[in-house]
Amino acid sequence: MFNSLKNPETYSKYFKSLKFAFYCLSHPLDGFWDLTHEKRGTYAAANTILFLTVLTRLLRLRFTSFVIQKPVYWEDINVFVYIASIVFPLALWVVGNWGLTTLFDGKGRLGQVYIATCYGLLPYPVIQLPLMIASNFVTIEEGQLFNVLGVISLVYAAILIILAMGQIHEYTLAKNILFTVATLFAMLVMIFILMVFFSMISQGVAYFISIGKELMFRM
Amino acid sequence: MKNKLIKFGAMVASAIVLATSIPAVATAAESNYSYIYDYWGDVQEMPDSYAVCNVFTSAELGLDLKLNNPSGMFVKDDTIYVCDTGNNRIVVLKRVGFDQIYVTQIIDEIYGDVEEKKLNGPTDIAVSDEGNIFIADKNNGRVLKLDSELNYILEFSKPDDSSLTEDSTFLPHKIVIDTAERVYCISTGINKGLIKYEADATFSGFVGATKVDYNFGQYLQKRFASQEKLKRMESFVPTEYDNLYMDNEGFIYAVISKFEDEAKLKTGDAQAVRKLNMLGDDILVRNGTYHPFGDLYMGTGGGYTGASQFKDVTVLDNDIYICLDGNRGRLFGYDDQGKMVFIFGGNGNMDGYFRRPVAIEHMGKDLLVLDSLDCSITLFTTTEFGELIYTAMDTFDEGEYEASAAAWTEIMKQDGNYELAYIGLGRANLRQKNYSEALSYFELKYDEVNYSKAFQQYRKKWVEKNIAIIVIVILALFLIPLGIGKINSIKREIDREDFFKK
Repeated sequence: MFNSLKNPETYSKYFKSLKFAFYCLSHPLDGFWDLTHEKRGTYAAANTILFLTVLTRLLRLRFTSFVIQKPVYWEDINVFVYIASIVFPLALWVVGNWGLTTLFDGKGRLGQVYIATCYGLLPYPVIQLPLMIASNFVTIEEGQLFNVLGVISLVYAAILIILAMGQIHEYTLAKNILFTVATLFAMLVMIFILMVFFSMISQGVAYFISIGKELMFRM
Repeated sequence: MKNKLIKFGAMVASAIVLATSIPAVATAAESNYSYIYDYWGDVQEMPDSYAVCNVFTSAELGLDLKLNNPSGMFVKDDTIYVCDTGNNRIVVLKRVGFDQIYVTQIIDEIYGDVEEKKLNGPTDIAVSDEGNIFIADKNNGRVLKLDSELNYILEFSKPDDSSLTEDSTFLPHKIVIDTAERVYCISTGINKGLIKYEADATFSGFVGATKVDYNFGQYLQKRFASQEKLKRMESFVPTEYDNLYMDNEGFIYAVISKFEDEAKLKTGDAQAVRKLNMLGDDILVRNGTYHPFGDLYMGTGGGYTGASQFKDVTVLDNDIYICLDGNRGRLFGYDDQGKMVFIFGGNGNMDGYFRRPVAIEHMGKDLLVLDSLDCSITLFTTTEFGELIYTAMDTFDEGEYEASAAAWTEIMKQDGNYELAYIGLGRANLRQKNYSEALSYFELKYDEVNYSKAFQQYRKKWVEKNIAIIVIVILALFLIPLGIGKINSIKREIDREDFFKK
């Protein structure tokens, strides 16, 4: 496994696939088709983009000017919640989308769905990171533009992800939109099941704890 | 060995003495009488800005008939008018010296050409610059205008408006007058805003009604409800004002104490205090971190629950307005930008605490609070700290920024948590064109509006200073890639040329 790290070709492929993410930004249809069919995307690049997205989300808390964003009360911040706020919905999306499309003629595999979704997240770090730096050089009147650009970065990412799904599964536009909505429902169902699962586990544990307490009390 | 033991013992003893003496000092300084909210909404104790100078009860004023449920107060120069509502009279007091108040006159009867010569439950009084006296004679349903000898001139009666039914009684509750002797009146049961009378007692309309707020769901419910159901439902009505005050520029400050949904105070959808211009529009500046509605926490505690209920407001000459909370008996001072200046007071029986405060007035910078249950007047005078705050603000308004900065620095020494000191220092520095210092002060207290102002200037100055470098960098950004392209193309041409190939 580590032998491949010594091979310079590994790195050139990695950088090539990372560079390809920028091609997907401007040519989503063409780009996401090639991503899987020409195998131009890699897990390494996808992980890098996901890491950058989470990093941007965290850095924004500290380095965005207080003129643009309400200052953060650090005592209330849990970094893991912020990491989970991106990774957890992403995982649900990937699993939900793959689970549904695989039943309905979807050509993409689980890994391909993951790579394409991560590539689609790229607008977030690409737009938000420069915004974060620029926010320290603006006044409150110019701050209005920041909200607009921030929303654009999210909408852009959403559009890219939806188009990517259509391309890797070889769906028509109508079918693509239908399955996007269906995936969102699937995510809700999964959240529901997870919550039921956790509450049952905690109740089960509580049951045995109370039995233990009762026994100790009697003895 | 023994010596060492003795030394060690002495060290332990001195450490114990030190350890016990330090907390003792700290607890002695704690009072919790005055506090302020910081940027995060946490309570920060602050030095007292006002201290009780004296508390005047009926006995101390030498009144034979004790005050009974006094409800209104008015101050003109050094004369204090107290509406002794329960005894149907008005007590006129005069402040002599620093801490003495004497009764000079008792008004319980008026003279001149009028049928009803006795007052019946007067609730408010106002005196014009000409010396004419206006009395809200509540239970007689009239606002009287008297000359300084108490002779009847005219009266303001129930407004002639189609929206008021014939049988509804007119109960004028609170009044203010402007310089032209026009009267603005709050009447119990009328929620269309302030009643405005011309100087000749003609009714000229309602001003400053609060907006009725209801949501779309309530509207639909009302739209499709049956007649019987409609009768049972509450109608959407604007809230009534509780009290009002006219500042020296002619703007009316009005307070509202009761809200259906107190959570709206936090979002700014409901306003506890409003500043009305001549058209009745609310022009109060709300640039503070929190809207001016009193205590941020509305939970139950110490036997009191709900939001602060502003019963009265007074406006100092430097545009600081002080609201009186009838719920927890506190005084809230806000500056002209809506930033909190001080909070002090509370409910209780000690001097400086109240049982049912109903009216607040100011005499210069001193404050007078009327308590209707305790039947007393509390006179507050500024402490050194309060005086410093006012000095800092006044010198800033006069344009003496260095003096202002010096005063704010002194305040910061006495209370390092005091937010206005940082912002004040920042503003003084901004006016003196020390932009980078100003920026650091504003950034410390997260004042984004002032920070933006300072930053705009700072950026402008920076660009002007470094314009040469900026131009060079931009040119370089364009020219270097161009140059590289050019060199590359020349290289290619040279390579292609047959002459160089052998």
